[in-house]
Amino acid sequence: MSPPYSTLANLTRPWAAFSYGFLDPSAKREMRRKMIKAIAVPGCQMPYASREVPIARGWGTGGLQVTLTLIKPASVVKVIDQGADDSVNAASIRRFLARVSGAAETWDTLAATIVQSRHRIPEERLRDDQVLVLQVPNPEPLRPVQPNMSIARQMHADADYGRLWLVLYEQMVRSGRIMQGAAYPALVNGRHVMTPSPIPRWDVPKLNMARHLTLLSAGREKRLYAVPPFTKVEPLVFSDVPYKVEDHASLTCYRSGLRGVFMNEIPQAAGGSLHEASDSHLGIKAIRRAEGEAVEIGPLWYRDGEFRG
Amino acid sequence: MPNFERGSVVLQVDGLAKSFRMHHLGQNLHAFDHVSFTLRAGEFLLLKGPNGVGKSTLLRTIYRSYLPQAGQVWFSHGAGRIDLARAADVDIALLRRREIGFVTQFLIARPRVAAEDIVAEPLRKAGMSAAEALDQARHWLATFGVKRDLWRAYPTSFSGGEQQKVNLARALILPPRLLLLDEPTASLDVGARAAMVARLADLKAVGVAMIGVFHHPGDVAALVDRDLVLMAKEVDDVAV
Amino acid sequence: MILLERLAPELLTAAPLLVMRHVSKRYGPVVALEDVSATVWPGEVLGIVGESGSGKSTLLRMMNLEDTPDAGDYTLALPEVPGNLFALDRFARRQLCARRIGIVYQNPHQGLLMGHSSSGNVAERLLMAGERRFATLRARARDALDVSEFPLNRMDDPPRLLSGGMQQRVQLAKAIALEPALLLLDEPTTGLDVSVQALVLDTLKRLQRDRAITMVIVSHDLGVIRTMADRVMVMRRGRVVEEGLVDQVFQDPQHPYTQELVHAKL
Repeated sequence: MSPPYSTLANLTRPWAAFSYGFLDPSAKREMRRKMIKAIAVPGCQMPYASREVPIARGWGTGGLQVTLTLIKPASVVKVIDQGADDSVNAASIRRFLARVSGAAETWDTLAATIVQSRHRIPEERLRDDQVLVLQVPNPEPLRPVQPNMSIARQMHADADYGRLWLVLYEQMVRSGRIMQGAAYPALVNGRHVMTPSPIPRWDVPKLNMARHLTLLSAGREKRLYAVPPFTKVEPLVFSDVPYKVEDHASLTCYRSGLRGVFMNEIPQAAGGSLHEASDSHLGIKAIRRAEGEAVEIGPLWYRDGEFRG
Repeated sequence: MPNFERGSVVLQVDGLAKSFRMHHLGQNLHAFDHVSFTLRAGEFLLLKGPNGVGKSTLLRTIYRSYLPQAGQVWFSHGAGRIDLARAADVDIALLRRREIGFVTQFLIARPRVAAEDIVAEPLRKAGMSAAEALDQARHWLATFGVKRDLWRAYPTSFSGGEQQKVNLARALILPPRLLLLDEPTASLDVGARAAMVARLADLKAVGVAMIGVFHHPGDVAALVDRDLVLMAKEVDDVAV
Repeated sequence: MILLERLAPELLTAAPLLVMRHVSKRYGPVVALEDVSATVWPGEVLGIVGESGSGKSTLLRMMNLEDTPDAGDYTLALPEVPGNLFALDRFARRQLCARRIGIVYQNPHQGLLMGHSSSGNVAERLLMAGERRFATLRARARDALDVSEFPLNRMDDPPRLLSGGMQQRVQLAKAIALEPALLLLDEPTTGLDVSVQALVLDTLKRLQRDRAITMVIVSHDLGVIRTMADRVMVMRRGRVVEEGLVDQVFQDPQHPYTQELVHAKL
């Protein structure tokens, strides 16, 4: 027999090891729909199916699924873990992304079109043609005050966030200051409170009225949410107790000489500690520039430890 | 002190009847019926009759602690008259605050309120300044013989006699239109009894209408205008 | 025995604060409320007495908009909510309850976050109403606890470390922090030692006198009702069997059930 008869061979595409960008088309379609929904209702958590990807749950599967859906051959991806491009986890994810998509890899924030990150936002200001993907371990800001997730969702529906303020109130009572360090809850677009993932307080203002799109995704908890460009993100604060970022203004990176950026503290055996820039590639660029290379460093969010947007 | 127009009718009681239905016994306990009288401003009516004839019951029925079965109790307040037998509970509560006083030998002491504040309260509610009200309250506490060092104490800790003096000072400090007196002198010493009779005379002089039951009517003999004698009647046994 | 029918109020010109009309509620085959009507005037204390299962707590929960009856309506004389409150959605109910209605439950677990600080429990009420100044939250929580005669040196202890009487004071402080138009008390002293009970009632009484808060108090304890209430409703099997001034209902009860209740307790 010969065509026009239909056969399995001429009805299907040639076999390949996996789909483009690893996820199958229906998984991507779901992700796209949920991302559009999340952008339409800023800060509101959208449930999604969360497929299997070849890394373990809790290692960035949520962020990875978002990036795999966004990625295309022309993309340039940067992946950081606590600010570093060269950590094992960041390097593996970045290589995996490049292998399944043909996208280019970079360490340079300025060159990236997609930045997937765990726990930090780069110090160079993101542009409107860049997308930030944050890996989220626990997407529910109400979990510490309301273990029942059904009730927590009702509280979101009612914008009933009194208990989050209550936690801050009690920190003030007990310690005289707000103790919440990472994952500081923030009100998005005046409506939904989100956890910005465990980024330091230093990074939260970078989301407010930002030029870039931020997608936050929790693979284990199967929830994603978004901060669209030019959207208000206000950390929960008392009107008479101003929001304070970490006091790193006076610290100097012992390797690059950078000042006024978020620092990692490195305790020394002899006591005391040194500091190095948490955004490792910014440090590298600063060193290269000091050595005379023509390296472009983009405008920073912070100047002298003060946020300037 | 307000002045009530002397001679005007304050209370007109027509065919008032009260009996108690005791469901667990299937019985009616008769108290009184066909009681009618008129009371005018400044008049003092003394209720008389043997023990258990229903003198206190009549006072309490007028005050509406008891619900009558029949009859009317027309009370003339400032702007008209109202039948106390059928008036709404909230109206009765309002009249009790403003127009109708009731003095018994039983004090409902309120914890942690100073004696002088208890006495001053009716004046405060009537709009008098705190200082002036307190001044008058102290005057009456002194008049009824409450020792000065007790004025700021809580009457809950007082003896029965001292509590009763506080009770009287409070009940008599502001002249009501109608004052019901249910054996108010029962536990009083001679001095306080005399002070009370003097105060009742003052109130009568400004036109307060009074109905009283007294164990020793001799105390108030000079104030009494008329007697009302209640007759005993046998208890009706009524089958359920 | 025939009783004289009571007239509508003539002298009292104030409009009632709370009017509930012909409220009925069934839970499956159980009749919780049957054609219950209630009216409460500003500044007065209405007592609701009855045995367990008489419907008194259900009625209070209706007043707190925690449940919706099968029939009947409910209005409060508040400018922001002119109509039947049972018609409000969950969100509007929550807003109204947070701002205008305070409640003290018999069981403090129902009204308090036991692991959070006592002052925080009070502050939460203020936060719900939109207060965002820390100094104000602190000061108002302290004031409300003080008025409730809670020992201020323990204001930041969590309720789970407090005695029953003190837990009720925290509930009370939380309930009055926003100066509600209506304060609902559901067996507020049941389960407390007699001496503690007297102190809590005393606090309530003072509060009522100083602030003229309109209250509805539910209790199976006639003593509590007699101490607190101006008027009382006696409930049995979901119905109101008798209603009147407290002294009248207790001295001259009309309904066989009320007589039984009064004679059993006095």
